[in-house]
Amino acid sequence: MAVGTSPAPLGLTDPRTGDAAGAIARLGVSFWVFSAVLILMPLIASPFWLVQIFAYAAILGMIALSLMFLAGYGGIVSLVQMTVAGLAGYLVAILGDSAITQISLTWPWWVAVPIAILIATLFGTISGALSVRTEGIYTIMITLAIASAFYYLTLQNYTIFNGFSGFNGIVPPRFLGVDWRGTNAFYYLALGCAALAYWAVVYVSRAPFGLALQGTRDNPRRMAALGFNVAAHRIAAYSFASVIAAVAGVLLVWFQGQMSPGTAGVGPVVDILIIAVVGGLGRPIGPFIGALVYVLLRTFSLDALEAIGLDGKRFQLVIGLGFLLIVLFSPGGLIGIYERLRERHRRSQDTRAATMNAAGRGP
Amino acid sequence: MSAGPALGLRSSNAGNALELRGVGRLFGALAALSDITLSVRPGERRAVLGSNGAGKTTLFNCITGDFPPSSGVIRFFGEDVTAFPPQERIRRGLRRTYQISSLFTGLTVFDNVYLACRGVSRNRFSLLRPRRDEALMQAAESLVEAVHLAPVRDRLVGELAYGQQRQLEIALALSGAPRFILFDEPAAGLSPTERRDLVHILTSLPSHIGYIIIEHDMDVALRVVESVTMMHNGRIFKEGRPEEIETDPEVQELYLGGAHG
Repeated sequence: MAVGTSPAPLGLTDPRTGDAAGAIARLGVSFWVFSAVLILMPLIASPFWLVQIFAYAAILGMIALSLMFLAGYGGIVSLVQMTVAGLAGYLVAILGDSAITQISLTWPWWVAVPIAILIATLFGTISGALSVRTEGIYTIMITLAIASAFYYLTLQNYTIFNGFSGFNGIVPPRFLGVDWRGTNAFYYLALGCAALAYWAVVYVSRAPFGLALQGTRDNPRRMAALGFNVAAHRIAAYSFASVIAAVAGVLLVWFQGQMSPGTAGVGPVVDILIIAVVGGLGRPIGPFIGALVYVLLRTFSLDALEAIGLDGKRFQLVIGLGFLLIVLFSPGGLIGIYERLRERHRRSQDTRAATMNAAGRGP
Repeated sequence: MSAGPALGLRSSNAGNALELRGVGRLFGALAALSDITLSVRPGERRAVLGSNGAGKTTLFNCITGDFPPSSGVIRFFGEDVTAFPPQERIRRGLRRTYQISSLFTGLTVFDNVYLACRGVSRNRFSLLRPRRDEALMQAAESLVEAVHLAPVRDRLVGELAYGQQRQLEIALALSGAPRFILFDEPAAGLSPTERRDLVHILTSLPSHIGYIIIEHDMDVALRVVESVTMMHNGRIFKEGRPEEIETDPEVQELYLGGAHG
């Protein structure tokens, strides 16, 4: 499967002024306005919106971002990213504390969380190693098989994963003098992690590693003829993406307060793909936009459907139809639509300027 | 039939840049190459000529490891590289260009060249962005200059004109510290002016860099080499100096004659 939306070129050597003022100016006004709105959000948004909408969207966005990194830069469509997040979440419940006292080891969070991220990353890397020699649809099949296998393992294994009922009573820890269960605290935690993941992806995409990954996407054979080990690069990309997915998994289990097989079932696995594609695989911001749209639809389409006299349980239909429309009309996702509109606006301004110049030169 | 040890083209075995011994390649039952034995000295420039389907590009693919040979041994500067994956051969100083441009169309000209320089350096997996004054950045800048692509440095390669893509193809092969280059029809599709530029680039390469060139344009091929290998049906058919090959009656009949008339 060709992932046809190559990320926009940023130029390896953007002119860098080096000072802070230059850095602020370079990012543009919209970036700072957007950041300020996100940081000041607790002043205007209700606790429900802060956690159930924005924090949840940030977490799902991070998992979709890990897929965007693989698919957008590496041309690798991996369905295993939700499973990596799910494993990290399970490990937090198993190694840390939960209501299932006969299984949970009650290690302190600062031991449990790093180990959970480490093991989940290792799992993602091994999944990558199993699938990197395949292309397109076969990569999808192998990663889907791994994701399904993990789902059935958690469903049927009671000694470690506590089977169907899973774990509950998992709470975010208290550290740095802050109780991260609090609405504002959890919102900032999710936002901070998402911003860090976003920055890491943007940064690495212009570093030699990210550049080489884009090379393997465009032309793997030539990459080998330039001295690169294509398989090793793809496996390393899985590792990098898995760290992001694993961190998101830890946040997810804290957000949900519980962990069960359904969290990383085949449905959520496909949802992550939908989020990434709807948002747009071309830019790292796409998955977050896709996640926000997905969370809003999930939350409000039920009420909206009932308001117009339809069965509220049909909200999946709304998501499916939206997905269909976006894939049909904009292969670049919502980000692609935005970029096309901006391009059209710019061009119409250019023509207007040209017409005015021509008119001005007239007699 | 194997290649005759003619003309002293093969001096000693140890000092050869490239040495093929009994190399063959099968595609199913089809023998694309059979029993190729060939030696090229360091710094030697050689043309491989032959009609379409003679096995020239397959020979390149075996030398670079894109397709491993079905039989035989390949030595690169004395080292047996037969079982090496392509990247290991590239890191030892072998380079190639492709008949059909094989570039990274979604990246800029500079990023293409920079990747080529990175490929043969350490820290291929670096997560840190390069500084502007890094040695590899400088090397990539001067390569972009050398192939006259500085004006389009930041353009996406997919948007370049055909001739510019061919020039970039050569820049990628010159990256790092090449010791031996395989050029696969570098002049194909170029205008007469671009062909003159190409001859200039090839003849002004440092003398320690040897190459093999596949080229149908005799005006280009015979002006930039000191020896010629003729191939026919996957075998070596004749070896000699350019002027000998040009006037050889058998060659005339098989290749040049066919081509001209």
